[in-house]
Amino acid sequence: MVKLLDVVLNGRKRVDAAPDNLLLLDYLREVAGLTGTKTGCDGGECGACTVLVDDKPTLSCLTLAVAVGGHRVDTVESLGENGGLSAVQRGFHEKLGSQCGYCTPGFVMASVGLLRSNPDPSDAEILEALGSNICRCTGYVKIVEAVRHAVELNRAGTAP
Amino acid sequence: MNKVLPAHNIGDYVPMVDGPEKVSGRAKYTADLNAPGMLAGRIYRSPYSHGDIVEVDISEALKLPGVKAIVTGADCDRGFGVLPIAREERPLARDRVRYRGEPIAAVAAVDDATALKAIRLIKLTVRELPAYYSAQAALAPDAVALHDNRKGNVERDVLFELGNVEDGFAEADLVREGTYNCPEVCQNQMEMHAALAEWDPVRGRMTVHASTQVPYYVHLMLSQILDLEMSRIRVVKPFVGGGFGCRTETLNVELIAALLARKCGGTVRLVVNREETFITHRGRPETDIRLKIGMKTDGRITAIECECLQRGGAHSGYGVVTILYAGSMLYAIYDIHNVKYIGKRVLTNTPPCGAFRGHGTVDVRFAFESLLDQMAAELAIDPFSVRRANFLNAPTFTDNDLMVNSYGLPECIDWVEQKSGWRERRGTLPKGKGLGMACSHYISGASKPVNWTGEPHATVKIKLDFDGSVVVLSGAAEIGQGSSTILVQSVAEVLGLDISRIRIVTGDSDVVPKDNGSYSSRVTFMVGNAAIDAAQNLKGLLIAAAARKLDARPEDIECLGELYRAGAQDRGATFDEVVVEALKDSGTITVTGNYSTIPESHGGKKYRGSAIGGTMGYSYSAQVVEVSVDEETGVVTVDKVWVAHDCGKALNRLTVEGQVQGSVWMGMGQAMSEETGYHEGLLVTGNMLDYRVPTIVDSPPIEVGIVESNDPHGPFGAKEAGEGSLAAFLPALTNAIADAIGVRFNDLPVTPDRVYEAIAKHRRAQARNGDPKANAKGNP
Repeated sequence: MVKLLDVVLNGRKRVDAAPDNLLLLDYLREVAGLTGTKTGCDGGECGACTVLVDDKPTLSCLTLAVAVGGHRVDTVESLGENGGLSAVQRGFHEKLGSQCGYCTPGFVMASVGLLRSNPDPSDAEILEALGSNICRCTGYVKIVEAVRHAVELNRAGTAP
Repeated sequence: MNKVLPAHNIGDYVPMVDGPEKVSGRAKYTADLNAPGMLAGRIYRSPYSHGDIVEVDISEALKLPGVKAIVTGADCDRGFGVLPIAREERPLARDRVRYRGEPIAAVAAVDDATALKAIRLIKLTVRELPAYYSAQAALAPDAVALHDNRKGNVERDVLFELGNVEDGFAEADLVREGTYNCPEVCQNQMEMHAALAEWDPVRGRMTVHASTQVPYYVHLMLSQILDLEMSRIRVVKPFVGGGFGCRTETLNVELIAALLARKCGGTVRLVVNREETFITHRGRPETDIRLKIGMKTDGRITAIECECLQRGGAHSGYGVVTILYAGSMLYAIYDIHNVKYIGKRVLTNTPPCGAFRGHGTVDVRFAFESLLDQMAAELAIDPFSVRRANFLNAPTFTDNDLMVNSYGLPECIDWVEQKSGWRERRGTLPKGKGLGMACSHYISGASKPVNWTGEPHATVKIKLDFDGSVVVLSGAAEIGQGSSTILVQSVAEVLGLDISRIRIVTGDSDVVPKDNGSYSSRVTFMVGNAAIDAAQNLKGLLIAAAARKLDARPEDIECLGELYRAGAQDRGATFDEVVVEALKDSGTITVTGNYSTIPESHGGKKYRGSAIGGTMGYSYSAQVVEVSVDEETGVVTVDKVWVAHDCGKALNRLTVEGQVQGSVWMGMGQAMSEETGYHEGLLVTGNMLDYRVPTIVDSPPIEVGIVESNDPHGPFGAKEAGEGSLAAFLPALTNAIADAIGVRFNDLPVTPDRVYEAIAKHRRAQARNGDPKANAKGNP
């Protein structure tokens, strides 16, 4: 069955035809053309596909597209104002929280989700929020520094 | 009068030049590419471990509407492989299948669902052969040979003795021997393998976009497999999501995509899933090691005997090189003589192994540093002292003719000893806590390339045009390690310009000069030196132009980056004005820079394969690991790691730290949780839950000390930073556990169940020895 999917994607309302079994991940990448969200595993293992649904970090590979009808979905492409980098994006860039970059959109969105609900997280809260995202390059040390840096930038007025 | 100064960046914390693309999601990886009318590819894989192929029946699959092409082994009778001496592997098995999951056929269809349906209609009939899942089984006298030209399933036997081992052991005060087992591990980089192949039937040209570390090798193998002139092939490397060595050889994925594209006369995107990425493998082989060391009471090593058995998988791959590295790299870290090495690389019915980060050196280093620690304890020598007793005296050549010019290991050791508070804290920690240390080293690029063509080892071009833009053209494959950033920094430094002036183009064989690729930690050293050479050549042209413009002699021109002048009182000419002058005669300027290693670095001829291990510069690493062991559950927690890495000169402190932390952490995965598993050849760990990669919650703080030994040949003195720190983690961890609970682990990974069982066994042994209050803490 194909249904009409009515969604606010990155702040823009759009309507698409979506088969019942279409994953949100594939909808984003193949239908909407937003390839910033990555496929890193065969389902629910790595967090590379993390997006925000109504500001809540969500694995788009375990979510059906039709399930987000009537909701807000934000991907990595939604961040930053006027083409600039958001606080979390700057954190990951400036502190080398990103090496190969493949896991980065997932980490960035999980971090944005954290900062939107908790602008001043403790280290333990940072670890918990990123605990289901896998990075194979950094050893995570600089990812923690990136999020801490983002917290500072956010406090100084840059949106997460 | 003029305050202009040349810009400097070397030694700074420089964020990566391609970072904004990665954090914004704009970076395009191969699977993100799209082409009009593109078809979806899928691979049909063998459910058998070993057998002669009787039939591949694709008739039903071909009838499925939407299927555009199917390729099988019948479509390609040519072999591929990274080493010219071992090109037996086929993109699609032909005649014989040798491991479960080996590609048999591939489909191109209008969409992925159709392709998936089609491969389910393919039928494979084989005449099954006995299959061997361990090196020992494959070596049995009556075992069937996987490959006709590899008798007894031995890919390579290595045997050398340098000095006299018997005399060395006789001279020793203590001789100890240990056996060690390191299971197979996999790179498991975040991006799954992908290729997009476009066949242009009108012009007879093939373009392949691939997730590779070695675009040039892909180019070579495409030419071989497709039987197509290299000039008709274009290889593009988009953003690559890591590699850690599994992409340092051409993989069947890109070759199959190309075969499909040619057969259907169009464009095919082949993205394999995570399980298939595991099966494509090229990880570190399971290794069994028997190591014997002779030592004087002062800690000096008098002799070493090392036997190393590697389960290589079903095809040769880098196998010969891996087993040679394991022996040659016993050297160049300590001053050792009287060494005997017996290596055996075996072919088995498991996915082919390859060149995992720290290629060939890691498992032997684990054994070596473990036994060293154990013997030091027995002789009541501090673990630091036993290493110090065996320092090299650089510059020197080792007994196997490896050239060591710079040697920062002593400083590395000092740093971790001091930072970890070793002297004050070791032996005073509470029960269940321990400190361990170990050292490791690695090459900065193999001095002899695997494909010897006579060309320089590295070539970089710089284009300077009317707009004043400086564009670096390099074939060096940026895979997340930061090679593009280092090349931009190097060129900017020589020209005295801010790095924002410099752009870089990489990864398109139509545009950039050939490069051997990103492996063996060669890029910063070799391509960095070529970039410096190119920038100096450009600077020479700019100085000549400035001299003309300012009516001065070139030797009087001072280059300040944005300003060129003839003496401090001269108003000079801006960079842009000098560019206009420079372009007057020649138009667009393109300069070339080259780099070649020197013959002294090529290793000797004392045994067959002794070039392996030769490099222009060795990096050194020392680590201290602090652990807590929960004796009730067997859970080991790494509380902290201190690591010092001698990278010659940190061109970019941010990326050096990132590389060193990533290496240490990857060593932690191997040491503590990662291990591939097979059930009768069927991969049972083909996902990131069963193949257990440490999460952010499991991962410790890693404090990095940068040691700069300023290598005389390195670019600005630099050596490698991305591999050498991996190996030391493994023994530093087990040494720390031995300190914490008195139990030594020679088999990896050190999982909670293994620790729990070992503690229980240790307690039983102590109880038997009449210690009623036995607890696990004691002298290892």
